[in-house]
Amino acid sequence: MKNLTALLLLLSLSFGVIASEGVELQKANIDLSNNVSLQRGAKHFVTYCLGCHSIKHIRYLRIALDVDVDPKKVLKDIAPEGANIYDQMHSAMNAHDAEKWFGTQPPDLSLIARSRGADWLYSYLKSYYIDPKSPRGVNNLIFEDTAMPNPLWQLQGEQYAEPRKNIWGHEYTNLVIKEPGTLSEGEFEIFVNDLVNFMVYVGEPVQLERQRLGKYVIFFILMFIVLAYLLKKEYWKNIH
Amino acid sequence: MKRNRVTECNEWFLERFPLTKLWNEHMAHYYAPKNFNFWYFFGSLALLVLVNQILTGIFLTMNYKPDAKLAFDSVEYIMRDVNWGWLIRYMHSTGSSAFFIVVYLHMFRGLLYGSFKHPRELVWIFGMLLFVALMAEAFMGYLLPWGQMSYWGAQVIISLFSAIPVIGDDLSLWLRGDYVVSDATLNRFFAFHVIAVPLALVMLVFLHIVALHEVGSNNPDGIEIKDSKDPWGHPVDGIPFHPYYTVKDLVGVGVFMLFFATVIFYIPEMGGYFLEPANFIPADPMKTPEHIAPVWYFTPFYAILRAIPDKFAGVIGMGGAIVVLFLLPWLDRSPVKSIRYRGGIYKKALMLFVISFIALGYLGTQPATPTATIVARFFTAIYFGFFLLMPLYTRWEKTKPVPKRLTSVHSLEEQLPALIEEITQIKQGSTEIGHPAFKSSFFAIRPNPKGIKNLISRLAKNVKGSLD
Repeated sequence: MKNLTALLLLLSLSFGVIASEGVELQKANIDLSNNVSLQRGAKHFVTYCLGCHSIKHIRYLRIALDVDVDPKKVLKDIAPEGANIYDQMHSAMNAHDAEKWFGTQPPDLSLIARSRGADWLYSYLKSYYIDPKSPRGVNNLIFEDTAMPNPLWQLQGEQYAEPRKNIWGHEYTNLVIKEPGTLSEGEFEIFVNDLVNFMVYVGEPVQLERQRLGKYVIFFILMFIVLAYLLKKEYWKNIH
Repeated sequence: MKRNRVTECNEWFLERFPLTKLWNEHMAHYYAPKNFNFWYFFGSLALLVLVNQILTGIFLTMNYKPDAKLAFDSVEYIMRDVNWGWLIRYMHSTGSSAFFIVVYLHMFRGLLYGSFKHPRELVWIFGMLLFVALMAEAFMGYLLPWGQMSYWGAQVIISLFSAIPVIGDDLSLWLRGDYVVSDATLNRFFAFHVIAVPLALVMLVFLHIVALHEVGSNNPDGIEIKDSKDPWGHPVDGIPFHPYYTVKDLVGVGVFMLFFATVIFYIPEMGGYFLEPANFIPADPMKTPEHIAPVWYFTPFYAILRAIPDKFAGVIGMGGAIVVLFLLPWLDRSPVKSIRYRGGIYKKALMLFVISFIALGYLGTQPATPTATIVARFFTAIYFGFFLLMPLYTRWEKTKPVPKRLTSVHSLEEQLPALIEEITQIKQGSTEIGHPAFKSSFFAIRPNPKGIKNLISRLAKNVKGSLD
């Protein structure tokens, strides 16, 4: 039994080591009930991402209904020129050109928040830095040698990587903005957060609806359990 | 009785079909032991989940496209554009995990109370066949969303067949219908998942229940209730399944649905265990994911496969881990069925087995590092040791005398009031102040450290005593 405990301990330790590798992610502040943030996020996406990335699993009308905006306003403020309210959000870039320009086709981002997670996206978009060795001139701390150039560099400014050591002597990389962009650091954080919030929404538009419904379903089941239990008790009162 | 059209129709029907006889044989006059406990809910729950899977599956098939180009997107359309599609899909995806949870607990009940032993060997065999069919059903169903993990999971598992000498390569080619997992594979898996295996499942459930009702249910005491009958030929310790167990199972169904609904509405991905993050990326035959792991319910067997160095031996080991379960009725040589009357060795062995099964399940989800592989080997040895050494240790161990009639154990709901009284105390003086509404003694209840300590030490003593 003692050997077993020691083994289990060893086991948990070895996995702890694996888990601590890699860069720590920054936490995104996800609030899907914040319609204003989602509207801003949608607009940011169309401006900065839709050029290359589709989110084909969502339609403009769905966004209008879910974030509580008039469909006409969605077409005017959010959607690109000429879009129909029933359209899915397709990118205008064709696959052949993309292959030529980036070496790979930019993936559809409808489900990226579900496969990568909100924190990863948030950290990724904030972790670009100038890297002369990389063919694109930039690299990313979270996703090394990413094929995507930094789409937000004008907003964030030029970020550089500086190796540092913490008090225990572990080396880590610190990112510093040397050339400020058009947004302040705080504004940029809100910008990225809105974008990620929107991506999380796009990943599963029904999230809020299912959480709202869940309360009623669970309440109903609780009532059912009480009734079923009383029925059981009534039937079983003579069984000893 | 007033004769009318309805009763005439009823009679016409009953003269031609033995509905009353069937109902009585399997429900109203089927005598079940009256001391079923918590563990006996999972049989009826497995049936419930099967019905859930079939019903939600029918609706999913109406919108799903079994085509490598369309499958992934069609699942997303179900999630977004089909009315209530998301609910149906989550019920189906959560249902598959729930099916395995329920079935594993159902099988564990068998290990606890020796439900596989004479005369219920055939019930166990049918149950094991059900388990194998269920695994096939789950494996093929998992390919259908056509995500990265669907694709590469299927690729890995089918390639295992190529480890079989001589016929291996041709066999895996025949299974896939192509040199890699492709549209052809998706189509045949769809056919198997939607009609072939479900038919087998339903037929096996029928056989499982018919075989069970022929020999009668086992019980936590592991004695045959048919041995002591009243003058009318009914078992003294038995009660009709309907209405007693139908109403009791209804409570179990309620509690199960509570958990089920919580997962569906609040945590459908279950932290990446029920729906894996990598499966939200469409299948790409050119991009192998860094870490391929099957869904959680296969991971114990997957860990055994990886623990064995040689590929073919690994396949044999993984298959053997399931085959050995079939042999259980003949491996167990103990004269008693229930764990209540077995000796300490079986209890310890069963505990080790459960630990190794869970540990293997965890290891199967993790990348195979050298340390993890060594640990997995250790637990694989325990897994097989539990079964293969069973003929020895079950014969050696000293068992306790088995009673002639069912024993009555106080249920938790009867013990609860006394337990609560023991671990709480009424705080004096707290009723003096505050709003009158808070003056009832309910608000003066505080935990009693001494009582809790007593309870824990008693529990520890009981556990230790039962293991010796």
